[in-house]
Amino acid sequence: MATAAATTNAGAGSAQVIRTGAGSRYVIYTLLILFCLYYLLPLYVMVVNSLKPLSEIQAGGMMALPDALTFAPWASAWSSAQVGVEATGLRPYFLNSILMVVPAVAISTVLGALNGYVLTKWRFRGDTIVFGLLLFGCFIPFQMVLIPMARMLGLMGIAGTVPGLVFVHLVYGIGFSTLYFRNYYQQFPTELVRAAMIDGAGFFTIFRRIMLPSSGPIAVVCIIWQFTNIWNDFLFGASFSDFDSQPMTVALNNLVQSSTGVKEYNVHFAGAIMAALPTLFVYIVAGRFFVRGLMAGSVKG
Amino acid sequence: MGFLDIKNATKSYGPVRVLHETDISVEEGEFLVLVGPSGCGKSTLLNMIAGLEDVTSGEIAIRGRRMNEVRPADRNIAMVFQSYALYPNMNVAQNMAFGLEMHGVPKAERDKAVKDVAELLQITPLLNRKPGQLSGGQRQRVAMGRALVRQPDVFLFDEPLSNLDAKLRVDMRTEIKKLHQKLKTTIVYVTHDQIEALTLSTRIAVMYGGYVQQLGTPKEIYDNPANMFVAGFMGSPSMNLFPAKVELENGQAAARISLVDGKSAILPFAPGNAMASQEGRKIILGIRPEAITDEDGADRNSQAIHKLESVVEVTEPAGSDTFVVTQLGGKEVTARFRADVEVRPGDSFPFAVNMEKAVAFDPETEMRISG
Ligand SMILES: Nc1ncnc2c1ncn2[C@@H]1O[C@H](COP(=O)(O)OP(=O)(O)O)[C@@H](O)[C@H]1O
Ligand SMILES: [Mg+2]
Repeated sequence: MATAAATTNAGAGSAQVIRTGAGSRYVIYTLLILFCLYYLLPLYVMVVNSLKPLSEIQAGGMMALPDALTFAPWASAWSSAQVGVEATGLRPYFLNSILMVVPAVAISTVLGALNGYVLTKWRFRGDTIVFGLLLFGCFIPFQMVLIPMARMLGLMGIAGTVPGLVFVHLVYGIGFSTLYFRNYYQQFPTELVRAAMIDGAGFFTIFRRIMLPSSGPIAVVCIIWQFTNIWNDFLFGASFSDFDSQPMTVALNNLVQSSTGVKEYNVHFAGAIMAALPTLFVYIVAGRFFVRGLMAGSVKG
Repeated sequence: MGFLDIKNATKSYGPVRVLHETDISVEEGEFLVLVGPSGCGKSTLLNMIAGLEDVTSGEIAIRGRRMNEVRPADRNIAMVFQSYALYPNMNVAQNMAFGLEMHGVPKAERDKAVKDVAELLQITPLLNRKPGQLSGGQRQRVAMGRALVRQPDVFLFDEPLSNLDAKLRVDMRTEIKKLHQKLKTTIVYVTHDQIEALTLSTRIAVMYGGYVQQLGTPKEIYDNPANMFVAGFMGSPSMNLFPAKVELENGQAAARISLVDGKSAILPFAPGNAMASQEGRKIILGIRPEAITDEDGADRNSQAIHKLESVVEVTEPAGSDTFVVTQLGGKEVTARFRADVEVRPGDSFPFAVNMEKAVAFDPETEMRISG
C-alpha cells in the first residue's frame, strides 16, 4: 500500500524544493546518515557473520570483520545443512518458493489488470459491489481463512502441494492487484478505449494493445508488492505445505530450529540472507523499469 | 430518406431524459454542426451516432441501414475526439494504421493509405514520432489523419478544436473547411462555439436542454432564429432583445420602445411585415448589433432604416468596429458603429435601425412571432 501511495505522489510531478540554510542542512544530513547506519547495521551483522568460521562468533565480537574469510557457511546453508529431518540445505525449498511465487505473482497481476480494466472501462450493473467485495477480501485477517482454506484445498486435491500454495496466494493477491489496477485505470482516458472501439478493436485487443502497454508503472508496483508478500509469507507456508512443498521461510525456520548440537550461527545468517535476496533482487531490477510519465502526452498538452 | 437519419431518437439515463425526440436527416456530403451550451446533449447525440451510447428509443440509420444494434466498428464511421485520444504507445503511423489493421486491411495497403493521408495533412515528417512528442496542433492533425485513412461514410467530430489556443483554432477551422470542400465527406461536428458552427456548417442544429431548438442553414439560423434562445446564443455580440409594443402608425405596424428619459420612440416595421394584425401586443424585439448603426454606416439597400436618438453609455473600440452601448426598452443594447465615428459616452446620438432585420418574439413562450 505504502508503495502505491508513494508512486502516485511521485507521479504528481513538480517536486517542491524547500530551501534551507547551510546550518540546518548540515544537521539534517547528519541525522539522515545516522538513521541510515542504524538501519543498515543488521544487514552488516548478517553479512559479516555469515562469512566467519563459527569459532570466531563464539569468541564474541559479532561486530568484527572476519579474520579468516570463509564461504563454507553459505555452501552449507545452500546444500548440506540439516533442515528438519533431512540434510538437504535450503536449495529444494528455495526452488519451492520460486515455483510458488512466480506463477502466483504472474497470474494475480494479469487477473488484477483484467479486473481493473473491466471495472473501469466495461462497467456493468453492480460493478461497485463486486469491487467492494474484492477490496473486502484484502482486509480479511489471514487467520480467519486458515480452516476454510484447508478444507477447500483438501476438496480440490491440492492440499500440501506447491500448486495449493499458489492457489492460496492467488486468491489473496487478486484483491490487491485489482485495487492497484482499478485505481490506475481510472485515470486512464476512456476516450482512448472508445477510439479503439471505433477503430474495430475488441475487448482483449484493447486490453493487450492499448491498456497493457501503458501499465508499466502500476505493474511494477503490483509485482513488487505481491512478490514481497508471497515470498515472505510464513503463516500460509507453515499451514498448507508438506515437507516436500515447504517454502523458503518455513525451511529457514526449520534450519534454525533443527540444529541438534551447537547452533551454527554463521550458517543461519547465510540462510537468512539467501531467503532475503530474491526480494532485494526484485526491488533493484523492477525499480529500474519504474518509469514514470509513460502516459504523458496521450491526452491534452 | 437521407444519408444519415436520426429518427425520433431519445436518450435517458435511468429516469433522466438527456435527449428528447430528435429528428435530423443529413444528406451525403453535408457538414452538420450540433451547437449548444455545455450539457445540452450534443456529445450524447454524437455518441449515439457512433454507437458508443445506446439509443433509448427511436432509430439511427446510415445509408438506409438501421444502426441501433450495430457495433461502432461496423458502422463505417470515424471519430475525432476532443482529447484527440491518440494511442500513447504507438507512433503516428501506427496510430493512423490501427483502424485499418483491425479491419484486416493488408500491410501494403495500410502503408499506402497512411502515406497519402499524411501528405494531404502535411504530417509526413511526424510519422515516426510518438504522440507525446507532438504539439497540440500536430496531435489534432494526426487525430484527423487517423479518421481520414479509414475513408468512412460519416465523420464525427466532438469539439476537436477546443483544446487549441485561439490563433491555431482559427487556422484549423479554415483547414477543416477546406478539407470538407475538397473531400466532400459527410460530417457531424459538435461544438459549443457558435462562430465555429456558423463558419463551418452547411446546416446547424442548435441544441439546448436536450432539445433541438432549431435546424437550418447558418443564414436561416442567424437571420430567422426560431426562439429567443437561438437568437441570443448565435452571433457575437449576441442579438439585442428588448421589450416593445406593437402599434399602428398611418396604417403600418410599428414598435414603440421606451427610452431612458421617460420618452419613447417609434420604429415602423418593414413594409409587408405581418405585424399589423398584432396591434397592441407586447413583444420582445430582436435586432442584431450590426442592424443598429451610425447613420452613415446603415445598409443602403434596406427599405426600412429608421432613426432614433439615444444616450450613449459605453463605447468599446474593437479595431475594425466600435461597439456602442445604449439603453432601449430598459435593456442594454449594443450597436455596431464604424471605427472612425466620433462618439463619446454621455452624448445623445442618432442611431440608425434597420427594421428589415428586426424579429419579434412572444415574451411568454419566447417563440418567434411570424406575424
Ligand atoms: N453516463 C451518464 N449518466 C448520467 N447522465 C449523463 C451521463 N452522461 C451524460 N449525462 C448527462 O447528459 C447531459 C448531456 O451531456 P453531454 O451530451 O455530454 O453534453 P454536451 O452537450 O456538453 O456534450 C448532461 O446533463 C450530462 O450530465
Ligand atoms: Mg460534450
